[in-house]
Amino acid sequence: MSRCVRLSVFALAATVLAAVLIVGFAGLPAFGHFHGVDGNVIDGVGVTERHATDLVTALNFDFRGFDTLGEEFILFGSVLGIVLILRELRDEHQGPRLEEADEHMLGGASEALRLLGLILVPVLLAIGGYIVVHGQITPGGGFQGGIVLATAPLSLFLAGRYLRTRFVAPHTMLEVGEAVGAAGYAMVGIAGLVFVGIFLKNFLPFGIPGHLLSAGQIDVASLAVGVEVSGAFLVAWSEFLDQAIMVRRRRAQ
Amino acid sequence: MSFLPFAVAAWLFIAGLYGIVASRNLVRTILSLTIVQSATYVVLLGVGYRNGGAAPIFADIPAVTKAVDPVVQVLVLTDVVIEATVTALLLALAVQAHKRFGSLDPNDLRVLRD
Amino acid sequence: MSITALPVVVPLVSAAVLTGARRWSPRLVNDAGATAVSLAVVVLCTLLLVRSLHHPFAYWMGGWRPKHMVSIGIALSVDSIGAGLATFAAVLVTASLIYSWRYFDSIDGLFHALMLLFLAAMAGFSLTGDLFNLIVFFELMGAVAYALTAYQIESRGPIQGAINFAISNSVAAYAMFLGVGLLYARTGALNMAQIGAALDGHRADPLVIVAMVLLFAGFLTKAAAIPLHFWLADAHSVAPTPVCVLFSGVMVELGVYAIARLYWTIFAGPLGPHAVSLRAILIGFGAVTALGGAIMCFTQRHVKRLLAFSTISHVGVFLCGVGLLSGAGLAGTAVYIVGHGLDKAALFMMVGILLHRFGSLDEFDLRGKGRALPLVGVLFGAAGLVLAAFPLTTGFFGKSLLEAAAIDGHYPWLPAVFVISSALTGGAVLRVGGRVFLGWGRGDPGDDSGAREASREPDEETESRDRTPPSMVVVPAVLVAATAALGVIPGLVPGIERAAYGFGDHAAYIGWVLRGSARFPAVPHTHLAAYDYVYAAGAVAGAVAMAAVGLFGPGVRVTLARGALAPLTGAVNGFRDLHSGHIGDYIAWWTVGAAVLGAASLLLLT
Repeated sequence: MSRCVRLSVFALAATVLAAVLIVGFAGLPAFGHFHGVDGNVIDGVGVTERHATDLVTALNFDFRGFDTLGEEFILFGSVLGIVLILRELRDEHQGPRLEEADEHMLGGASEALRLLGLILVPVLLAIGGYIVVHGQITPGGGFQGGIVLATAPLSLFLAGRYLRTRFVAPHTMLEVGEAVGAAGYAMVGIAGLVFVGIFLKNFLPFGIPGHLLSAGQIDVASLAVGVEVSGAFLVAWSEFLDQAIMVRRRRAQ
Repeated sequence: MSFLPFAVAAWLFIAGLYGIVASRNLVRTILSLTIVQSATYVVLLGVGYRNGGAAPIFADIPAVTKAVDPVVQVLVLTDVVIEATVTALLLALAVQAHKRFGSLDPNDLRVLRD
Repeated sequence: MSITALPVVVPLVSAAVLTGARRWSPRLVNDAGATAVSLAVVVLCTLLLVRSLHHPFAYWMGGWRPKHMVSIGIALSVDSIGAGLATFAAVLVTASLIYSWRYFDSIDGLFHALMLLFLAAMAGFSLTGDLFNLIVFFELMGAVAYALTAYQIESRGPIQGAINFAISNSVAAYAMFLGVGLLYARTGALNMAQIGAALDGHRADPLVIVAMVLLFAGFLTKAAAIPLHFWLADAHSVAPTPVCVLFSGVMVELGVYAIARLYWTIFAGPLGPHAVSLRAILIGFGAVTALGGAIMCFTQRHVKRLLAFSTISHVGVFLCGVGLLSGAGLAGTAVYIVGHGLDKAALFMMVGILLHRFGSLDEFDLRGKGRALPLVGVLFGAAGLVLAAFPLTTGFFGKSLLEAAAIDGHYPWLPAVFVISSALTGGAVLRVGGRVFLGWGRGDPGDDSGAREASREPDEETESRDRTPPSMVVVPAVLVAATAALGVIPGLVPGIERAAYGFGDHAAYIGWVLRGSARFPAVPHTHLAAYDYVYAAGAVAGAVAMAAVGLFGPGVRVTLARGALAPLTGAVNGFRDLHSGHIGDYIAWWTVGAAVLGAASLLLLT
């Protein structure tokens, strides 16, 4: 269809669809007046039965842990897809070697930038680790903390040290780490099956709400997810950076 | 005022669809897809809000305090992860499309058709 | 039953292990490991199926059983139809993994890992009883499918196919999220039975209707109903053959399953009084899809695209069956899905053999070359006849149940739609068989250079070869035999009927999910009537006739251009041109489809 026809067809359909949406949304309870049942029950049960004070994390890894299993494997599968799609093709080769490469695509980073990258690494690792480990007490958890952990090497990449970092943490290590994290979460669920008879049922002892290691399997699950998320995003970023910096078309024979 | 979030969500959904239909660059199409998804965040979070409710974190408030709904927050968390991964996958495809087709205009990416 | 979660978890963990180990494990280990896991899932799902035949049951994750009908955990609600679909998916995945032992020259563990993730997603989708969980598994299926479609990244076609597939299905998923948000706002629940219980007894107000529209629009996209179908032909043309087997055999059908599941668990209560109108809407989409897909199928020369449109046509028939909103319609659809899935899988595998051996997917390029593969030719012909619902095959039993259901449901013209679409799709397959394996028919008319170019792209890392490995022939042979013979196994079809009637019992579902009680509805016995054989004979004869026209008559584009049929030809050509490959066009038509569904529902169902 020509652009004109396409836009006209869309305009007409979109008007009708917008009307449908508005009519449907009009039936929603007014903003701020939600009175759902599930939320109330969970608010009551989360602290007393699971000793977790952050209910969002408790929901994520315990009550609705099966959703999280699916979600982390969506992440896993998509990153596999990225590795598949950006793989080296027959008419390409990995370009410059370490010594020859132009490390920073924009023509070399300044010393200040490189130093800042190095300084940020322990800071980000500490923040990320803190968020992962305290997920069941305060806002945070595996997903959020995992991303922050992954930004630590990323700040090195961005500060112009991609090739060196890549040499230290090759793809294989990242992939294995990601796989271990993904499988680890599933194993937590299976451990529940083995020890207590139901998949994802909590089998670890509880502690005092508000302390570390207080919420049983939620802590372990959160940790596994943190490992997986950071591994996954690092693999994805490495693939994209490889495409930009390393992969070159083979010269015609 | 109490309908505003949902009206915004409907607008985002339609505007994002328009972006996909009308854009001449694949990257812009992918980002319009992200806008469509933002509509879902707004609806889900808007649905769960309670006037005067605290965050569902009971570390320093008693567990019987009125709190906003935690379930929708978990749903949105899942939603965000899904969006990030699908967008990344699509961008990888865009990288290869640029290499293979030499262009990112959907008009040029048309090897398959009737 | 404690193994309930395992059909989902085992392939997930195995995929992680395969990925972690892929740099070190040789091809043989990957093949063997993946096939073994897939077989294990078949066994697990069969165990679940057997148990659910006695008594459907719900498995609450983490032990969070519902208190006072309020559920806070996620349940897998295992009934026979769900467990049966999961088993069917596992069987097809196993078949396609065995087929790919020799099909690919070289693949690494990524392919196997993605296939196992796909299996896990399909199993989870069929077994779950939680609405949001359903969408999560939908997205997992989707993400893995996009990656698998783009597998042959060397060529340009797969990139386009994957992009169109990904954007279309993602828009569908986001519509579904909106639907879930609406239902959650109204009922405060995510468990399907609980939502259904909360909506029971209330009128269907616009919120519920729009939630239904959004959810159905999403699943109709996955099921590739017209006009939400454009992505499917592109994706099938370029995905590797073992992946096409799964797309057409079971992934698309899961969209139809979801529509049935959502209606009978959630919307049957409020929309029950308006069933007549809803029936009209669903059957409207179904009939248009069945006929439109069949016409497009017949005009293709790219063989995989032809099979893709035939799938679209059959999905239209399934939608009609589900749209009848009766136990009989569900039963017919269920049986027909099994028959069609096995047959379509076999057809794709045989097309893969042609590609593997001769390096082409164009019907005219392949003309006569199939004479070197007589056994495959016989199987191909048999599969084509099965597609036309040859009497006593599984598809035939499904069709006859559907015809009886249509007549009981006051849609006497529906069987004619079924016959026409079977004749066209079966005829197209028989035409391809005749041209490729027997060398009949005219040579290349020289038109349609676009389609030729697409089918000549270097596909699937293969070039022409001079022998076909036996494993690649044995698997489709087994599948064709199965689809021909399963229907006559005593007790199988009545068993599926019983399961379907149980599926369609709204109150019973809520009972056994939230309370653990069970009650079995009385199932009327369906007998084959004489007219079933008449319809089937008509379809088969029609298929043979269409094949002959395609082979020996003048070209389709030429024939109808003259005389009174000129407007029809114009319409068909116009419809073909809409399949332009441009994602903007596809999403524009998606919006049209969603708008039509929404407007019709709001006008007819309030």
